[in-house]
Amino acid sequence: MNRLSPFNIVSLTLGFAFLYIPMLILVIYSFNGGRLVTVWSGFSTKWYGELFQNEAFLDAALVTLKVAVISSTIAAVLGTMAAYVLVRGGRFLGRTLFSGMIYAPLVMPEVITGLSLLLLFIGIGLDRGVLTIVLAHTTFAMCYVSVVVSSRLVTFDRSLEEAALDLGATPFETFRLVTLPIIAPAVISGWLLAFTLSLDDLVIASFTSGPSSTTLPIKIYSAVRLGVSPEINALSTIMIGIVAVGVITASLVSKQQLIRAKRDEQEAARTE
Amino acid sequence: MLRRWFLIAVPYVWLLALFLVPFLIVFKISLSDAAIARPPYLPVFSWGDSIIDFIRELDFENFIFLTEDDLYWKAYLSSLQIALIATILTLLVGYPVAYAMARAPEHWRPTLMMLVILPFWTSFLIRVYSWMGILSTEGFLNQFLLWVGVISSPLQILNTDTAVYIGIVYTYLPFMILPIYATLDRLDGSLIEAAEDLGCSRASAFWLVTLPLSRPGIIAGCFLVFIPTIGEFVIPSLLGGSDTLMIGKVLWEEFFSNRDWPVASAVAVVLLLILIIPIVLFQRNQQKQAEADR
Repeated sequence: MNRLSPFNIVSLTLGFAFLYIPMLILVIYSFNGGRLVTVWSGFSTKWYGELFQNEAFLDAALVTLKVAVISSTIAAVLGTMAAYVLVRGGRFLGRTLFSGMIYAPLVMPEVITGLSLLLLFIGIGLDRGVLTIVLAHTTFAMCYVSVVVSSRLVTFDRSLEEAALDLGATPFETFRLVTLPIIAPAVISGWLLAFTLSLDDLVIASFTSGPSSTTLPIKIYSAVRLGVSPEINALSTIMIGIVAVGVITASLVSKQQLIRAKRDEQEAARTE
Repeated sequence: MLRRWFLIAVPYVWLLALFLVPFLIVFKISLSDAAIARPPYLPVFSWGDSIIDFIRELDFENFIFLTEDDLYWKAYLSSLQIALIATILTLLVGYPVAYAMARAPEHWRPTLMMLVILPFWTSFLIRVYSWMGILSTEGFLNQFLLWVGVISSPLQILNTDTAVYIGIVYTYLPFMILPIYATLDRLDGSLIEAAEDLGCSRASAFWLVTLPLSRPGIIAGCFLVFIPTIGEFVIPSLLGGSDTLMIGKVLWEEFFSNRDWPVASAVAVVLLLILIIPIVLFQRNQQKQAEADR
């Protein structure tokens, strides 16, 4: 099927133009000198300067990063445990409920998750702040992590674990020395997913944050509700840049690993 | 043995405490009365009450209120309608892209895949926001159309339902492209060749072979767009107008502006009941797919 018809080329071009032009405009106009965001009035980086002067944004960025690092790390641990239970746990009481609770948050509207967690925190008298956002983000992020990790665990060759156990490793050693290294890429991509979801979240954070713990998305939302602003364009450009560099690096690294794995395989085949 | 229980118990208890229990609380509060207090609702029952007391004091006032005020059922209906139309539009945009990706030379595909996934990693809020500068009356789209001469005065696009559709198609496009691409990529090319050898034109081979075989991907993509769109808040709030009715926005306003927590909870409960149907259908489709792959 390797024939691209003119129609295919047009749909690829239009499709990717549609996906990328809005962000491109955002990036270009973040270097616009004027306050009017839709009229070009010369190249300038002054909005970046203003952004780094704006302490409210910097504080919010710090809170957001803190929440994202803590919640995605806890979520990676809990999500990996949950995936292990789902794939290897066998039968136990309430297994259906457990897997339901793993998959339900993935499709739950954020407004419902946010509302329900807020009502819980108020019910138990927990003051809203960084802790409550971390708890909320960990809960939905662990479900994403466990989906990513369990898809890796399903395709995993169990005989490797059995061999380790036969050779006298304890179950914990087997997990640490055999299972973990194999599922590590999935755990890392789960962590990354959890991290970006946390950085990105507006709705759940709005419900669960207190006045002293405003996150960046909340700050951005309240700024852009009134219209387009050049500082937000600059901020968006920085965020888009970080993601682009991250994703491209990750895909290059994984490509390199794939090539190395292929070479090792060929090498192994030759020595046999 | 102890270790196994520990492994099961930790994520289990976490999810029970922070997912299931909060839900039960929403359900409980949806059955209570609003009050001007902190928290702004009267408890239906305190923790010590018996089940019988709970049932006796139960009232469905908030749910009856939802049926009486036509704002709510209109918002539910219009959310469903917007989600449905947006899903069809996303399919129409996404299918040709997925199809072309599957036909692209092998060595292009990883790059094309990455280009589809990349926006997914970028902030959702920023992607929605990027359209505000394009669609506003002085925005780039209007400037462009005026310059071309298609229109003589700027169109009002931002703060209308059209802008909401554009926003949904834009942000959810990767969710549509990826599952369709996955099924098309696995499609056996010789089937199409066989159809063409047997006298099918390219178009009819597409209609008779490719399209039916890519149905699982289409269904998965449509659900992945339709389900989250129903409860969407950010898109209608930033791109929609004051007359754009979507239930996620109504719930948000009920909670943050009106501070009527019991009604907000009732709105959430009904939204959940509506969502159960597509979620169950989606799960069934995925299970069937997984079994077919085996």
